[in-house]
Amino acid sequence: MTTTDYDRAPRLVDLGSHGSLVGNLEDIWAPKPGLYGWIVSVDHKSIGIRYIVTAFIFLLVGGLEAMVMRFQLARPNERLVTPEQYNELFSLHGITMIFLYALPVLSGFSNYLFPLVLGARDMAFPRLNAFSYWVYLASGIFLYASLLVGAAPNDGWFNYVPYALRAYNPGPNMDFYALGMIFLGISTTVGSVNFVVTFLRMRAPGMTIDRVPILTWGTTTISVGNLLAVPSVSLAFFLLWMDRQFGTHFFRAETGGQPLLWQHLFWMFAHPWVYVVVLPAMGLVSDALPFYCRRPLVGYTAVVVGTITTMVLGFGVWLHHMFATGIPFMALAFFSGASFIITIPSSIAVFSWVATIWTGRPVITTAFLYFAGFISMFVIGGVSGVATAAVAADLQLTDTYFVVAHLHYVLIGINLFAVLGALYVWFPKMTGRMLDESLGKLTFWIVFIGFNVAFFPMHITGLLGMPRRIYTYPDGVGWNAVNMISTIGSVILATGILLYVIVVLKGLKSTERAGDNPWDASSLEWATLSPPPHYNFAVIPYVTSRHPLWESRLPGQGAMFRRDEGLALADGKEALATTAIEAIPDAILKMPEDTAAPFIVTLAMSIGFTGALMHLWWLAGAGALASALGILVWLWPEAELAQRAEEPR
Amino acid sequence: MTDALRYRELPVGSIGHRANGWWGALTLIATEAALFAYLLFSYYYVAVQNGRDWLPAELPGFKLAGPNTIVLVVSSVLVWLGERAIKRGAARIASLWMAGGALLGAIFVTVQYFEWSSKAFGIATSSYGSLYFTITGFHMMHVIVGVVVLLTLAAWSALGYFDSRRNAAVSAGAIYWHFVDVVWLAIFTSLYVTPHLGVG
Repeated sequence: MTTTDYDRAPRLVDLGSHGSLVGNLEDIWAPKPGLYGWIVSVDHKSIGIRYIVTAFIFLLVGGLEAMVMRFQLARPNERLVTPEQYNELFSLHGITMIFLYALPVLSGFSNYLFPLVLGARDMAFPRLNAFSYWVYLASGIFLYASLLVGAAPNDGWFNYVPYALRAYNPGPNMDFYALGMIFLGISTTVGSVNFVVTFLRMRAPGMTIDRVPILTWGTTTISVGNLLAVPSVSLAFFLLWMDRQFGTHFFRAETGGQPLLWQHLFWMFAHPWVYVVVLPAMGLVSDALPFYCRRPLVGYTAVVVGTITTMVLGFGVWLHHMFATGIPFMALAFFSGASFIITIPSSIAVFSWVATIWTGRPVITTAFLYFAGFISMFVIGGVSGVATAAVAADLQLTDTYFVVAHLHYVLIGINLFAVLGALYVWFPKMTGRMLDESLGKLTFWIVFIGFNVAFFPMHITGLLGMPRRIYTYPDGVGWNAVNMISTIGSVILATGILLYVIVVLKGLKSTERAGDNPWDASSLEWATLSPPPHYNFAVIPYVTSRHPLWESRLPGQGAMFRRDEGLALADGKEALATTAIEAIPDAILKMPEDTAAPFIVTLAMSIGFTGALMHLWWLAGAGALASALGILVWLWPEAELAQRAEEPR
Repeated sequence: MTDALRYRELPVGSIGHRANGWWGALTLIATEAALFAYLLFSYYYVAVQNGRDWLPAELPGFKLAGPNTIVLVVSSVLVWLGERAIKRGAARIASLWMAGGALLGAIFVTVQYFEWSSKAFGIATSSYGSLYFTITGFHMMHVIVGVVVLLTLAAWSALGYFDSRRNAAVSAGAIYWHFVDVVWLAIFTSLYVTPHLGVG
């Protein structure tokens, strides 16, 4: 059989009687060696882990920035940093945590897990996957280069005009931010394309749309959201850059522009983004919590519908970030109402998790503790969100530390706690080794206590009237004690995070072997080796239920799933495409070999953006041209990928 | 289920709408459509906030833009014919139709250049000028990319890369071109038609 065949019926085989298949697959899917092999790899597992590690490094950097701020605010009239340095610190902290940590870390888990939980060989677009990682890394470096030249963004992560305009901000600070965000938007967009198409096309046969693990629902939902929302912020930053560099009038009030246009475009993106950085984390918990409750999730369908509804409604509440801008009363009422309504779908999952724990037989592991902490933080963050959804309360609370408390309960509570737990769950799959449980539990309690000591008092700080984003405060206004408590809490939290890093590093050297399924879990990724082989599954599995590995113990259908039986696809790098709803085999896909194209195009784009930043238009043009040529080479039809017609024989 | 998997002939590789590339093209179009929606939102938002005298004294005319719109619509028809030709396996003919579509696209860009030159205002003159040139400029960039895509597809077809079954790239390129044309209709309606109706 050669690649020239236009049609083929894949064989259904049993591995027991087809021993040579595994050896063939090892040869076909073997990665290239060395540093070059690392750069050209398109393996979703390698890319996923890179995403997680890079995002974690950004988390630590953003955490360091936060620590400096907390020391500055520990006492009144502190002089640790200058006002300008403080502005750059809180701006970079926000940008780092929200854009360079919160989504990328979840993209890392999704990249690693999508093909494994779906029973696929790789993502739908492996090269695009590598490209999205490289662009993420390059744009992160681009944004942080601003720090090296002493011109970091200094207007907060939401970067309001007119302060972001050139008249008030003549340095390159805002240009770094504007171009860096457009650059990062490319990564987010192509990543989203990959998740959506993988979800629709790459599921194992039999994995109908109601049998898909919830984490893929979460990530796919937010990926659709990203496709529709990211253009808004990329456009906003592009228009800002034009206003700053080419004298246009989009945001300049004195010449018929509209400063509020910035806020609209920004929040039309950034409110959906709030859901973007939590829904995949909620999906991770929805899938993994049941492993430790020894029962399937309560209310699968309700959770899925709640996830999608939250995202859809998330596009209709952006104005609640702008209650204090003098918008019409009708708009206030409408968006306040919408903000109340969204609490309903977004809380469905909470009830589902509580019911799962309540009716299950919980095993108290470190991961379980993080997930339980996640649920309780979600409730606090949710309730303080309801407080700010009310216009009257928000007018008092906006721009105070109450909002800082709220957003950290949401982002740390629903994102970081889920991530720290999820790493405990899937680290054994990624490395074949276990993380230390007793040290892990200790770490959890330090993180949990530190986080609450740091951020709970901020609700009170806010109610006492302390505005956010001030570099210091006078003595004797009643803010001393709460700020000192928050600083002490942040030191405890930082200690916990440091300990967590130590536990992970220790885990990499652990001799305790995980085995294929250490948690006795139910989904497909646990049906392959730990760590999985390069081709994930020797035969393409087929499934007939939501919990293939628990079938023998769940009532209803009996054990249909057979780990060693499935479709053999070993005529070169191949994967199976299935139909979007029913997951019926639809096509045999030829998967690309490792290639340097994504890396090279990223380099060309980096040169282009650097040229634009420095007004070296020839350099910007050269970067754009090189990117276009790189993409042309990348997309050139290849016979190997069965993209070319064959000579008639 | 096991029976359903047995002996089922499946197409191999990039076959029509079963190719992942086709699905990727649709998602790309979704996000691009959102981009133009935000551009037009910005136009209407600034228009409404400023009131009637925001528009230039001389409203955008149809002398160049009208025929140009027809040029673009016809180009879509040519590209559609090209896609149909390749699905019959007529690669040479498909190549010609694609090249014809690209030519009309290039004419559109040229006419648009003269339209731009005839404006009494520039991009930095007023917020109207900024929006007019940015929105039409974004579209023009998309047309230029589309022309390159069509020329590439014409070349690939001429090289014999595609036949009646393996032609997913043609479908992806063609749907992108149709999208660029439909977006122009939205822009044309917003920037050229609605001002004469007293809106915007």
